[in-house]
Formats: sequence, structure tokens, C-alpha cells
Amino acid sequence: MTIRIMIARKIHPAQGGAPPRVLFDNLALELADGEVCAIVGPSGIGKSSLLQIVAGLDADFEGSVTGLRQPVGYLFQTPRLLPWRTARRNLELALPDQPAKAGEWLRQIGLAGSEDVYPHQLSLGMARRVALARALAVEPKLLLLDEPFASLDDDTSREMQNLVASHVRRLRPTTLLVTHHWHEAAALAHRVITLGGSPARIVEDRPFHEARAAE
Amino acid sequence: MRGAEVEGRGAWQGIASVLLFLCLWQIGAGWAGSRLFPGPLAVLQSLVREAVDGPLLHHLGITLARVGISFGIAMVAGTALGVALGRLGWLDRWLNPWLVILLNVPALVIIILTYVWLGLVETALLVAVALNKIPNVAVTLREGARALDRDYTDVAQVYRFGAWTTLREVIAPQLAPYALAAARNGLALVWKIVLVVELLGRSNGVGFQLQSYFQLFDVPRVMAYAAAFVLCVLLIEAVLFAPLERRSGRWRR
Repeated sequence: MTIRIMIARKIHPAQGGAPPRVLFDNLALELADGEVCAIVGPSGIGKSSLLQIVAGLDADFEGSVTGLRQPVGYLFQTPRLLPWRTARRNLELALPDQPAKAGEWLRQIGLAGSEDVYPHQLSLGMARRVALARALAVEPKLLLLDEPFASLDDDTSREMQNLVASHVRRLRPTTLLVTHHWHEAAALAHRVITLGGSPARIVEDRPFHEARAAE
Repeated sequence: MRGAEVEGRGAWQGIASVLLFLCLWQIGAGWAGSRLFPGPLAVLQSLVREAVDGPLLHHLGITLARVGISFGIAMVAGTALGVALGRLGWLDRWLNPWLVILLNVPALVIIILTYVWLGLVETALLVAVALNKIPNVAVTLREGARALDRDYTDVAQVYRFGAWTTLREVIAPQLAPYALAAARNGLALVWKIVLVVELLGRSNGVGFQLQSYFQLFDVPRVMAYAAAFVLCVLLIEAVLFAPLERRSGRWRR
């Protein structure tokens, strides 16, 4: 089922002395079932805000998002693991019907033995891997990845890219990937959307190979 | 230095300071030589006598039951109100003035008015004590509810935790330090108010006994009852609050 995102107007509220500003004005986007779409653009343009809207976490906008299917897997920019729960419990909470899968996923991301560790005892890279495992373990129909491989070393980043790529190939979730890196888009994306301007608009929307050639 | 060693040293320092105080008290009482200023040994003798042959345990039990029930009512109602005020701006705007008023009305006025309006009955005691404490709990929990981290409720929403799991796994752990602070302060306040309420309008309980012994100028017994209650509160702190605090904070750095 195609996901249709239509944002007639989204105003970013005043924050830290900065006045409110129009973030999106008539931004329209369609995502085909199983499509992997990379979103690129300068920092602060609204890429993460777009994911929040698609995930249903920000309803304060004029417009609509239709065609969403559950479950949703969302890797936030920060890991957002519950600090008072262990790594295993953080995964189990997303998997209430299959808690045993939590241990399997921790093994897959190289964190066997860290089941009973609290998030503050994990490095940022390890915590991001747990958060990524949580997003994939729910077998999402819609996968939202906000700079998924940031703060990972090169080897771990490659491993995690492979993990995401194999998962996406196998289960074909519709995927929105926010990234600054072409090699991340290359590993996953069929299509690249470039946001630019203020309010943000789609300045380019091409299949990945065309976007790469034009770069 | 390891945390346990520091904690152990702190405990010994605390015990040493109490022992030093008791010694100074005993010396001061011996020097004063007055039955109106008994030493700790005389108070201890009174305490043992009242516990073994007197009615101390009976009255202590009644007062503890009143403290427990009114404390429970105040915590439940205050927590519900505080969380609602912290999450619902419009409700906070409506009720905040009343909270400030209730916080500043003298406890004695609430006690007297409750006795006048409800009569000298057990319900009036519980209502008076709860009304005195609910605003304190509500204010503390309101701050807790305001400080709830949206990032984690977003996670609960995305991964469809459901209302009960969100409450248990996301909201409650964030509110726990605030609830614990409110409970600690609450217990300290509630038992003092219960004694005043008993003194003014009940025919049993520690407050009633204190009034009787005050009329007789029986200071050792007054102090014995006070000491018995303080010991109970210390016991509650040791077996309930301290373990709860350790449990709720074990995930912290």
C-alpha cells in the first residue's frame, strides 16, 4: 500500500529564543510499498521532523499521512533506550509476544553477554546497535532510520549496514532513511530525495543511480 | 574509595553523633537534677515500663494505623492530582491557586474545621490529615510529571507498549524519585499531624496519651512515647524507604 504524505503547513515552534518558522509548506511525497527512500539535505532543514510526522509522533501540522501500516520500527537520532531497563528488557518491551527473540537479536548485533547491562554501561555505538535491533526485531512494515550508522566505527557501521540491508531485502518494509552519507544510501536506497530551501521543499527526487551519477 | 566504604563510614559517623548527643544529654540531665528534664536512661526506663506493663503498644498501634491509612490516602490522591496537574495545563491553571491556598492554611485550622464539620469521629481525623498532606504530595509529583521525558513516551508510542506497560515501564520509573521524596517528607509530616489531631479530638492514640501525661507533667513518659514513635519511623525508613531507594536507583551511574 502506498504511503502518501501531504504536509500543507508545518510550523516549527519558537525554541531557545529563536522565533517560530515555517518548516514545510506544501510538501508532498509518496512511498511505494517496499520502497527504500533516502532523505538528504542540510542539517536543520526538517529531515528528522519529517520522520516524526510520518511516525505519528507529531500531529501538530496541517495535512495528512495515509497508508501507514503497523508495526513501525524507528531508529531515532539518539538511541532512546529506557535507561532504567536492561538491554534485553529494552528489546523485550518492543516484542511482548516473542520475548525470547531479544536474546537472539543481542547475539546478532554482537552484544551476547550484555543482556543484563543497563544503557549507561554501554558505549554510544553499542546503545545504537541495541536501538537498531529494536527497530528491526519488530519486523516493521514501515522502517524509519534517522542517521542509523552515526557514531559507529567503520567495521561496525559496515556490519550494521549489512544487517539492515539483508533485513530490508528479506521483509521489504517501506523505509525512510535520513542520512548524510552516499555510501549508506548506496547500501540501501532505491530512491534519493533531496530537501532544500526554507520552508523545506523537495528539490530533487531521483532513483538512486541517477542521483549518484549527478552528484 | 569504594561507595560501600564511604556509606559504611557515613553510618558510623551518624551513630557516633547520636551516642555523643545521648552522653551530653545524660550529663546535662544529671547536672540539672530536675524531674522535668530526665536523662535518656530515665526515658528508656519509662519506655520499657510503658511497653511491658503500660498501654504504649496499644496506643502506638492505633496511631500507626491512623498514620498508615491517612498517609496512603494522601499519597494516592496527591499523586493522582499532581500527575494530572503536571500533564494538563488547563487543570493546573484552574487548581494552582487552590493548591497554594491549601499549602498555606495552618494545619490546625484544617483540623479544627474538619472536627467542627464532620464531628469528633475517625473519618474526620483521616480527612484532616490527608487534606494537610495532599497539597505537598501534589506539588512534588506535579514537578515529576512536568519533567517526564517525551523521548521515552515517543518510544512507547512507536512500539505500541499500551497504556499499562507505558505506565509501569516508562512513566513510573521517572516519577519514582519524586514519589519517594514525597513519601519521606509525607511520613514525617503525617505522623506529626496525626498526633495533633489525636490530641485535639480523640480518646486514644499517642497524641491523646501525650496530652494526658502533659497534664500530669510526666515528662519521662512524654519523651518515652515520642521516642517510641521516632524508633518506628526509623524502622520504616530502614526496612521500606532505603531499600526502595536502592531498588529504584540501581540503574543510575
